[in-house]
Amino acid sequence: METTKQKDFVLLAIFSLVVLTAPFTLLPFGAAYPDLLQRFAIYGIFAIGFNILFGLTGYLSFGHAAFLGVGSYAAVWSFKLFSMNVILALIGGVLMGGVMALLIGYVSLRRSGIYFSILTLAFAQMSYNLAYSVLTPITNGETGLRVLRADPRYIDSIFGDASMALPNLFGIGMTGLSGFYFCAVVLIGVFYFSICIMRSPFGMKLRGIKTNQVRMNYTGFNTRPYMLTAFVISGMYAGLAGSLLAVTDPLAGAERMQWTASGEVVLMTILGGVGTLIGPFVGAVIIKYFENIFSAINEQTLHSVFSFLPEGLQNAVVSITGLFVGDGWQLTLGLIFVLVVVYLPGGVMEGVARIGRIFRSNGPSSDGQTAKPQPAE
Amino acid sequence: MDAIILQLLNGLDKGGAYALIALGLTLVFGTLGVVNFAHGVLFMLGAFCAVTLNKLLQLQNVIIDPTKTTAWGTPLEIKTPYIEAWFGDFGKVMIDYSVPLSILLAIPVMLLIGITMERGIIRRFYKRPHADQILVTFGLAIVIQEVVKAAFGANPLPQPAPEVVSGSANIGEWLGLGPGLVYPYWRLVYLVFSFVVIGLVFSFLQFTTYGMVVRAGMEDRETVGLLGIDIERRFTVVFGMATVVAGVAGVMYTPILPPDYHMGMDFLVLSFVVVVVGGMGSLPGAVLAGFLLGVLQSFASMNEIKSILPGIDQIIIYLVAVVILLVRPRGLMGRKGVMES
Repeated sequence: METTKQKDFVLLAIFSLVVLTAPFTLLPFGAAYPDLLQRFAIYGIFAIGFNILFGLTGYLSFGHAAFLGVGSYAAVWSFKLFSMNVILALIGGVLMGGVMALLIGYVSLRRSGIYFSILTLAFAQMSYNLAYSVLTPITNGETGLRVLRADPRYIDSIFGDASMALPNLFGIGMTGLSGFYFCAVVLIGVFYFSICIMRSPFGMKLRGIKTNQVRMNYTGFNTRPYMLTAFVISGMYAGLAGSLLAVTDPLAGAERMQWTASGEVVLMTILGGVGTLIGPFVGAVIIKYFENIFSAINEQTLHSVFSFLPEGLQNAVVSITGLFVGDGWQLTLGLIFVLVVVYLPGGVMEGVARIGRIFRSNGPSSDGQTAKPQPAE
Repeated sequence: MDAIILQLLNGLDKGGAYALIALGLTLVFGTLGVVNFAHGVLFMLGAFCAVTLNKLLQLQNVIIDPTKTTAWGTPLEIKTPYIEAWFGDFGKVMIDYSVPLSILLAIPVMLLIGITMERGIIRRFYKRPHADQILVTFGLAIVIQEVVKAAFGANPLPQPAPEVVSGSANIGEWLGLGPGLVYPYWRLVYLVFSFVVIGLVFSFLQFTTYGMVVRAGMEDRETVGLLGIDIERRFTVVFGMATVVAGVAGVMYTPILPPDYHMGMDFLVLSFVVVVVGGMGSLPGAVLAGFLLGVLQSFASMNEIKSILPGIDQIIIYLVAVVILLVRPRGLMGRKGVMES
């Protein structure tokens, strides 16, 4: 019998293997170019972090994009002021994400349920509106903050070359595959960290809060500091994701903080499977992959796909399917999302578990114990 | 003084829209216990009812007159909307009044949409946690929004107000403040309209037997059910009503703000804040908070105030919401003990 620890190790090993070989294994799916792979990794980090809050404690934050945006701004400022080295940028992004989460979380966590969602939403909208208007000296408003050749970069200038305006890791450029592998290593690291959190006593306490916060309080347990810690950790994940976005493309804009962006990470987490280890990452990959594939399909590709049909029927089919691809990709996403929430509240991971159970109960070596439905986490 | 009155009117106007949307939101929450993130989209659908009717009325019959040519040498095309060809001057009046007429279209359409939505999806979520309700209605909102985008395109579609009220009212003279103070007629119409709709909703709930039963159901749905009343059906009707209120609010708002597919979401966030400030489930609270926040927002956007507190106009509403939630979580007029955690 495997212990949880061994299982987690196997999971981590498989996860690392899949992530690191992605540039080769994803070739047949047309998703093997670094730009998209980076987005998989970055939004995976974002979703994994969101899951630490929402999956473990059940607190639905609608303002996580604020931390993503702040992370991006912090990273670009670190590029501008200190050094083009990405390590500094990541540290800056994580720290700023954490500080921002501490401030917002301290206030928002005084309320729970829908009020918590509204509070986080209100704070995120405030940050977004301010980033667009008054904070323009810091955020550069609508144009977005970008790295310029003339920026001071004090640390770089001490070591000589301050004119190189591309993000790098001690001289290794962050474009192409090296950029992806950097993101991938960070992703594996934070994935391991999230496993540690989930298995730790701290993670158990968070689950306890989700199950019954009142009872936790009655046992003489102050839940607030634990909630705040979870919120800050999750904000730091978002800050990290934001700074990685700035690393792969040194530009930060306020639209990253809009509440629809917060909605996107909610979609990813739900779609993949709330509270599971790997689910949020799967959700992020699915959304980013199909976003990329579906929005690239246009009417001509559809016509060639359905060219076996007679002309009139072909036009009809193309015009109907055309609604769901290209610009209409959001429609497909919304439909899938509604279906998932209604019929499969555990997301893709629950679907996989259900299918697995069917196979296991049909198989010869099935025992009654494993077929028992597990409560969705 | 002029500026203050102008901002007050602006605020009341915006507040009217907030109040109408928030009224429906809070009604749905009070009756069904559902947090409806798709409510803003219903406002947008109402606005697009007006767009649709206008488009239908403007359908043109094109006749090519071969005897005359235009300045570019092409045959002259005489375009007459069908409606004008059929009804003459009355048709012209109908086109002119397309926005108010759209209310007649919006009421049945929105009622249908609302009841379908409630029976089709929201019914399944009565007993699920609020987070799940938020998620499913959020998904629904995305779907509806994208369908509208596919049908009408992404650009705002300006709708004209009827000729009679397209100008500006000289309020200054009415109030004896000098001629400088003018305000668009349509916005005044909207203000009156929102008062009328709010009055109708309240008198329906307060003075009819049906409304009485609904209020009783809000207090204690099980007891009402035990009395042999099908409270679920009444709540479905209430959901339909909330949909219609949001819809007509959207219809009448079109001359003020050209509708586009994401206007619903923009209003939704603010209306939620309004509902929370007023108190979840409290109807008078929603109306009061709607007007209050509308007025606060427009005063905050005055230059005198912006110069003291830069950026305050962008965040005032959220700031008020944060303070209210922390100090008095049941909202301005929320009942004690309801949603206080």
